[in-house]
Amino acid sequence: MSQHEEQHTQHSVSYGKYILIWLGLLAFTGITVTLAGINLGRWVILTSLVIASIKSTLVLNIFMHLKFEDKIFRIFVLVAVATLAIFISLTFFDYAFY
Amino acid sequence: MTTATIESAHTHRDDVGSKIGMWLFLFTELILFGGLFIVYAVYRFKFPEQFQLAAKELDTLVGTVNTIILLTSSLTVAMSITAIQQGKKHLSMMLVGMTIIFAIVFLVNKYFEWSHKISVGIYPQSPELLNKPPGEILYFGLYYVMTGLHALHVIIGMVILLFNLVFIAKGKINQQSYVKLEAGGLYWHLVDIIWIFLFPLFYLIN
Repeated sequence: MSQHEEQHTQHSVSYGKYILIWLGLLAFTGITVTLAGINLGRWVILTSLVIASIKSTLVLNIFMHLKFEDKIFRIFVLVAVATLAIFISLTFFDYAFY
Repeated sequence: MTTATIESAHTHRDDVGSKIGMWLFLFTELILFGGLFIVYAVYRFKFPEQFQLAAKELDTLVGTVNTIILLTSSLTVAMSITAIQQGKKHLSMMLVGMTIIFAIVFLVNKYFEWSHKISVGIYPQSPELLNKPPGEILYFGLYYVMTGLHALHVIIGMVILLFNLVFIAKGKINQQSYVKLEAGGLYWHLVDIIWIFLFPLFYLIN
């Protein structure tokens, strides 16, 4: 019976927390647009990708409830993202050093 | 509620399994867009100046507004799940409805953006575009394919949310069973995440 109850306890995120995360996402959008306005040269790709990754992490963890799900979900996502990262980095072995 | 109904609910439902299924599907989407991101990365690496020049044609303001719209639509769909968990059916329906309206506004912006590009002669295979250097042709090719595929996902997401809206109205999604809404929300957030990367890569190149 306790197992059944455990399955029923769904994590509910408060509206306040969602709004806080949303404000954070808007702030990061503001930062990335401002940084692009300043001439950072080749650093602009790096900074904008780092900010995009932070924003995605917020969406994944809070909006997509990854933080509150079973551990297996996080492992799955990590494997998928790592696979993509390997694809991209291996491609650059071909193009960056020919 | 009797124990019999609770047990039958358990034999027919596996919410964790449903969500794992949805996540697995999202990974195939990640690989689909991932392939395009790889193509983008390689060509941007090969033609950095031409990409920079081509990106000047895009309006950063339109991109920023659309980013804000999508982030807000993610907020409303996330809140709709909290609302249904609390049994607030009408609030939940209102929030899903708002998400759909944000999606429509996003697409209307996209429509005006694309039609402006097309009116100045920048579209795949246009004589104007073919006269440009190869890097710019590739930039606009990728722009149309990637934002186009993304827009297609926005349309699909809208249809999924519309179904969710009907299910909530009919009580098929309710306080006890809302995994369908969660799956729809997950899809919508993925569309948001893809835009989070598309936006700086196409609009924010100095």
